[in-house]
Amino acid sequence: MMSNVEPIIQAEKVNIDYRLNKVWLNAIHDVNLAIKPLEIHGLVGESGSGKTTLALALMRYLSANARISSGVIRFDGEDLTTQSTRQMRDIWGSKINLVPQDPIASLNPSYTIGNQIGEITRRHMKLSRRDATAKAVEMLKRVKIADPEDVVDRYPHQLSGGMLQRVTIAMALSTHPKLLVLDEPTTALDVTTQAVILDLFRDLIHNNDAAALYVSHDLGTVAQLCDYVTVLYGGEIMETAPVRDLYSQPLHPYTAGLMASLPRHSEQLNTRLSTIEGVAPSLADRPSGCVFAPRCPVAVEKCHQEKPPLEPADDGRMIRCWRWPEIASGELSTTTKPEAIGESPAPREELVLNVSGVSRQFGSRSLFDRILGRPFRPVRAVDDVSLTIQERSTLGLVGESGSGKTTLARCIVALSTADDGEMELCQMAISNDLDRRPREALRNLRMVFQNPNDALNPYHTVGQAIGRTLRLLADRYNSEAEIHVRVVELLDAVRLSADYADRYPAELSGGEKQRVAIARAFAADPALIVADEPTSALDVSVQAVILNLLKDLRAQQGASYLLISHDLDVVAYLSDWIAVMYLGEIVEEGASDAVYNAPSHPYTEALISAVPVPDPTDERSAIRLEGEVPSARDIPSGCRFHTRCPRKIGSICETDEPPWRDAGNGHYIRCHIPVDELIELQTMAGSKDTASTGEDR
Amino acid sequence: MNNADTRVGAGNRPPRSAFVRAVTTVGSYAAQMAKRPLSFIGTLIVIIFVVLAIIGPVIAPYSAREFIRDENGTLVRRASPSWEHPFGTDKEGRDVFSRVIWGAREIILLPGIATVVAVILGTCFGLTIGYLGGWLDEVASRILDSLLSIPALVLALVMLGTLGPSPVGIVIVVVLLYTPIVTRVIRSATLNIRDSGYVEAARLRGESTLYILFREILPGVLPALGVEAALRFSYAIFLIASLGFLGLGVQPPSPDWGRMVEEARGEYLRAPWSLWAPAGAIAFLVIGVNLMADGLRRIFRYEGGKDA
Repeated sequence: MMSNVEPIIQAEKVNIDYRLNKVWLNAIHDVNLAIKPLEIHGLVGESGSGKTTLALALMRYLSANARISSGVIRFDGEDLTTQSTRQMRDIWGSKINLVPQDPIASLNPSYTIGNQIGEITRRHMKLSRRDATAKAVEMLKRVKIADPEDVVDRYPHQLSGGMLQRVTIAMALSTHPKLLVLDEPTTALDVTTQAVILDLFRDLIHNNDAAALYVSHDLGTVAQLCDYVTVLYGGEIMETAPVRDLYSQPLHPYTAGLMASLPRHSEQLNTRLSTIEGVAPSLADRPSGCVFAPRCPVAVEKCHQEKPPLEPADDGRMIRCWRWPEIASGELSTTTKPEAIGESPAPREELVLNVSGVSRQFGSRSLFDRILGRPFRPVRAVDDVSLTIQERSTLGLVGESGSGKTTLARCIVALSTADDGEMELCQMAISNDLDRRPREALRNLRMVFQNPNDALNPYHTVGQAIGRTLRLLADRYNSEAEIHVRVVELLDAVRLSADYADRYPAELSGGEKQRVAIARAFAADPALIVADEPTSALDVSVQAVILNLLKDLRAQQGASYLLISHDLDVVAYLSDWIAVMYLGEIVEEGASDAVYNAPSHPYTEALISAVPVPDPTDERSAIRLEGEVPSARDIPSGCRFHTRCPRKIGSICETDEPPWRDAGNGHYIRCHIPVDELIELQTMAGSKDTASTGEDR
Repeated sequence: MNNADTRVGAGNRPPRSAFVRAVTTVGSYAAQMAKRPLSFIGTLIVIIFVVLAIIGPVIAPYSAREFIRDENGTLVRRASPSWEHPFGTDKEGRDVFSRVIWGAREIILLPGIATVVAVILGTCFGLTIGYLGGWLDEVASRILDSLLSIPALVLALVMLGTLGPSPVGIVIVVVLLYTPIVTRVIRSATLNIRDSGYVEAARLRGESTLYILFREILPGVLPALGVEAALRFSYAIFLIASLGFLGLGVQPPSPDWGRMVEEARGEYLRAPWSLWAPAGAIAFLVIGVNLMADGLRRIFRYEGGKDA
């Protein structure tokens, strides 16, 4: 349809090298890329794939130790690779603009918003100071910021992350650029904010006759936003295709592997995710054949020997694989059928954890405040929360940043001492204070941390890290030899070979570190493992390995999990019970399937609706939450969610605390709207893929 | 199950003993030092002085207190530098070269002992208040602030003036002055590590506070500690030399560079060499230690960046 239109930017055979230890290493190899007007082109890849390097190189913006060693980048009739930096300065900010990943770091804290937007229009459009400010207000209106006249005079620290990202978008659009480079622009944001920002991109890019390169690791947002997708691996293009073709029939084994490794809600509880084994190659040792061959499930001898060319297929697809014709014709299947996980022991009635009325406040009242008689307003991070976990079951705790989910987890393991409330572990009351907890409680309650890079002491070997837990908490192992045997056993359980025991964390990849952390958590046969965002720091393909592992270990060891995540798909994949937190309070709790279906709390409904589905054909009517999450220092009266609730029914929401309504089968919702009405509202809106809901209830 | 196939990188690396690791670590530091000419020179200077301090008595032609007489038995005063007396002789007729070499012992031993004591004490205090935090940290930090506000020379003058100048007194003064500084540096390094996942993991498995301080946190603050120790050492040399100059250092007749400078001050026009030699030695050593500390800092920062 737009095939005759000249591309805005076209890269041909671009190679980029990095200088490391006095040697030039090839980072990006023979990349071709063309973006047409009005097109949003997705550039997907895992960390280290070179996607950011490539995106910035297309703008001719490289770090000092990088160079474009060959190739042509045609933009607006000129070859960017031959332009001087002085000439590029007229292009940057005017014809090609960047929306950065972290808006907080990229805005100058000492200038007002208006000043920073105005700087660009004054430089490139030669506007006067007054016109520039007017233009800034206009741009802020376009990105739907409330009170733009007020916001222009504010400083970055006075705005929230979502607002700041809108400001950077306003900046990027203010000079009517032909190309926008979006470098993971929503990675630092919550899902509900992300959904709003993605909508904004879609509108603004199409209304401005611009084109965009959208760099992301998230297959969900790419599916929702992009028209065309390029998949990058090891600095080479694996596959380029229109978004629908790519998602409906990935032709490259790597693309297919990535798609299959995503956890989906519909997935059966007893299947494991497909994974891509191995680790991505480093710059220094790229394989001589196909870069993906060492990890490819269908690689043959030729793949290891010769590098496949980037071949065109029909409809503008390009694939770099020797075997793609076989895959396209269906002769060859790239994904192995998901294996079933061994019989998972059924949950028991007994409670492994019973938490009632736990609260945690932060902040203290300074002497100065007391003298002035200012009221004490602590941050109420967790406010009177109760929850239970049955033996051998998994409770998923979902919420956005600031919901208090991590604080709650830390209170449960007593890294943070709860101000109030009682806890029982395995039917035994335990203190809120870590120092007063008996050894038995420490043994039964273990934790897996969010950031694997920081969970292992860099100066202790893997064997020491696991062995120490055994020595302190497990009585069964008395001699060093016995401990070593058990360490090897545990490493085997997380699929690491025995020689890992002598390695230091610096020698491990992120995924391997998290496996060690999981082995350490399981070392002393715990009853409950608290996992705080165990995969959020990892790539999708690695995430799948960790999620499978957690599932396997639960089946083998019969432990329970409290799984905390902002990612609903991850939680749904692993949990049989889900609790949703908002502003320090649980707003909904129920069996995993029940929470996903109607009726659900309006917040849960919005949260589920905001999750970008990795399927470009999915066209749900999306619910968008307006406004910002209120501060936990100033919790709204009545229902905490009333300031943003799309289903607010009236003043009762502002004045009265909503009841904890029973929706049957242990499913509870904290809302003023009666359960029947919620069902009606939510199935009518058709906001979810739950045609069967009406029949269920 | 397919456990065996999915292991990552099985058996591709032989285990290394702690000794081999230690040697390679030192080796890689040396290699990195060698890449930075200034740090390399600094380290070389320090090594030369340390060697001098150890084998000085063997190579020094005369003893530090020996009055040199010619054939006629008269004292050889203020002799200009020659093959026999490379740095000449001073007004008392002592060989300046030998005195500088003998003095290297004192100037390295006293600041060395004082620095080691200050660093050990400062590390213990810093780790403890940094990790435990709370009111202990508040109180300790205020005490540190007040200790840090005392001018170094004033404290030294008062202490040595009342106790009388002695090597032990000098060490005590330096320890009193430098322990708070080391404590602060270690405290802030500890604060960075205190909330990391591995310290929390240690708390959750019921480790004792001592174990957490010395096995979990201490290794992480060692880089900061190494740089701080080298810096303190160079300042201690300077401070002790200053005390010697003021007459509060090691008492005569033992050779102290600071006092040698003071004694030679009045002789500058008649025997400039007797001033140049000790002053130059102090300058060389302090500059050398500083360059070495700078190199250490860069190496450790590089290493830290790699770990993080």
